Amino acid sequence: MTLLSTPGEKAEILEAASVKGRSLWDDALARLMRNRAAVTSMVILGILILLATVGQALWVHDYDTIYRDKVWIAPTWEDWHILGTDAQGRDMVARILVGLGVSLMVGVVATIVSLLIGVTWGATAGFIGGRVDQAMMRFVDILYSLPFIFFVIMLMVVFGRNIILIFVAIGAVEWLTMARIVRGQTLALKNMEFVEAAEAAGVSRFKIIQRHIIPNVLGPVVVYVTLMIPVVILAESFLSFLGLGVQEPLTSLGRLISAGAQDMEPAPWTLIGPAVTMMVTLFCLNFIGDGLRDAIDPKDR
Amino acid sequence: MFGFVLRRVGVAIPTILVIITIAFFMMRAAPGGPFDLERPMPEETRQILLANYGMDQPLWRQYLDYMGDLARGDLGPSLKLRDKQVNEIIAEGFPVSATIGLFSMLLAITLGSFLGSVAALRQNTAGDFSVMTFAMVGISIPPFVMGPILALVFGLYLGLVPTGGLDPRYGMTPDRLILPIITLALPQIAIIARLMRASMIEVIRSNYIRTARAKGLSAHAVIFRHALRSAVLPLVSYLGPASAAVISGSLVIERVFQLPGIGKHFVDAALQRDYTVVMGVVIIYATLIIVLNLLADLLYGVLNPKVKYE
Repeated sequence: MTLLSTPGEKAEILEAASVKGRSLWDDALARLMRNRAAVTSMVILGILILLATVGQALWVHDYDTIYRDKVWIAPTWEDWHILGTDAQGRDMVARILVGLGVSLMVGVVATIVSLLIGVTWGATAGFIGGRVDQAMMRFVDILYSLPFIFFVIMLMVVFGRNIILIFVAIGAVEWLTMARIVRGQTLALKNMEFVEAAEAAGVSRFKIIQRHIIPNVLGPVVVYVTLMIPVVILAESFLSFLGLGVQEPLTSLGRLISAGAQDMEPAPWTLIGPAVTMMVTLFCLNFIGDGLRDAIDPKDR
Repeated sequence: MFGFVLRRVGVAIPTILVIITIAFFMMRAAPGGPFDLERPMPEETRQILLANYGMDQPLWRQYLDYMGDLARGDLGPSLKLRDKQVNEIIAEGFPVSATIGLFSMLLAITLGSFLGSVAALRQNTAGDFSVMTFAMVGISIPPFVMGPILALVFGLYLGLVPTGGLDPRYGMTPDRLILPIITLALPQIAIIARLMRASMIEVIRSNYIRTARAKGLSAHAVIFRHALRSAVLPLVSYLGPASAAVISGSLVIERVFQLPGIGKHFVDAALQRDYTVVMGVVIIYATLIIVLNLLADLLYGVLNPKVKYE
C-alpha cells in the first residue's frame, strides 16, 4: 500500500497545505480581541489620545489663558468651564487635556528610551555570555539596589528641569528590568531544542533568528513595554508631585493632581478632574497590558 | 549557607560604597551650592562659611574627609538647618518613617496574600472578580492621588481622623498614622494579591495537591499544610522590591500627610544643595534596601529547599 494512492487524496492534502497557517501573532490577536476589558480599554485609550491631540486644539479655552475674574469657578456650563477653573482662573478641561498629552508622551518616549537601552544591554550580555555577562548583570544589580527615585531626583537637580531630561532620566532608570528580561530570554533561547532542531534541519542562521528567536523574545518585551508605560507615567507624576517635573505653564497630570491636592478644600474639582483622568488612563493601559500578556503568553493565565 | 551570606555581604559593601560615591559626586556636580542665596552674600563671609565646612578643599580631599567621618558614623552637620547634625535629623525622623513603613509592609503582606489566596481558591467567581478589580484599582491609583482623596473623605468630610500631620504633644498616635499606612500599603496589597493569586492557582493545579486531596485530607489541611508553603515563594522573592517601593513611596506619603520622617527632608535638601542631608538619607535608605533584599533572599532559601548555597 502506497501513500497518496488516489488523485483525490493528493488534492485534499494540497488543499490543506494551501490553507493559511495561523501564526503565533494571529493567534495572539484573536485571543486579545476576545478579551472584553482589553478591547474596551483600547477604545477608551484611543478616545483619550484623540482628545489629548485634536481635542486640545479644538477646545474653546487655551490651557495657559488666565481669566483673572474667574478663580476657582465650580464646574458650570457657562462659558464651557465644565470642569471648573483652577487657582489662577485657567480652564480645567484645557489643562487636563494638555496634562494628559504630556503624560502620555512621557510614557511613550521614556519607554522607548528604556527599550533601546534594555534590549541592547540584555541581548549583548545574553549573547556574549561568560565574564562579560556576569559583569554587565552585576552592574544592573547595583543600579537596582539604588532606590530609583533618589537617582532621578538627583539627576533632575544636577541638570535642571526640562522635559527631555525627564524622558531620559526615567528611561535610563527603567531599562533595568528590560535588560534582565531580554538577557534571560536570549540565554534560554540559545539552547532551546527547537533552535537545535532548526539548525539540524539545515535552516540558515538568519532564518533561525528571524523565525524562532525574535518572535520568542518579542512576546515578553511587548508585554513588558505596555505594562511599563503606566509605570513611567506614574514616575513622571511622582516627580511632578514633588515639584521636579515639567514647568509651568506647561503641565502634566501629576502636576495638576499636586496642585489640586493643595486646593482640595476650597476647590475639590481641581483634584477630582485630573485624578479621574489619570485613573482612567492607567486603568486602560493596565488592562491592555494584562490582555496582551494573556494573549501572547497564554500559559500564565 | 554561611559562605553564601559571606559572599553576599562581600558584594553588598562595595555596592554601598559605589552608591555613596556616585551620590557624592552627583550632588557636587549640580550647579549652585548651599550658600548661594537669592541675595548674594559678601565674598568674605562666603569663604569663611566654606572653610568652616571644609568646602574650600579640593573635591577629592572633601570626599576622603567625608568617607573618613562616615567610617566613624558621623554624617556631618546640615548645611542648611542651623546647629543640626545629620545624625540628629535622621534619629528624629527614622522612628516615624520606620513605623509607617513597617506597618505598611505587614498590612500589605497579610492582606495581600489573604486576598490573593481567596481569589485563587474561588477562581472565576464574583469574589475572585472583585478582588482582582480591587487590585487593579490599587495598582492604577498612585499613593499621591489616594492620599489626598482619603484625607479629603475621611478627614474633612467624615471627620473620622484628624488631618495635618502629627500632634507634637502626643507624637505618633494611631489615628494620625492610619491613613498614611493604608495609603502606602494599598499598591503593595494589590501587587501581592495578584502575585499570590497567580502562584496559588498554579500550585493547586499541581500533582502533589491532587494526591493530598485524593488521600482524603481536609480542604483546610491541603491549603494550609501543603499549598500555602510553595505558593508563598513568589511573594517572598517580591519582598525586596516591595520594601524599595515602600521606601520611595514614603517620600510622597510624608509630604502628603505632613509627617516628620526622613523622606520629607530629601527633596528639599536636594533642591537647596544641602549635601550632607541628601547623602545621609541616600546612605540610610540604600543600606536599608540592600539589607532587606539580602534578608529576603535568605528567607527564600530557607523556605525553598530547592535552592542550594554552594
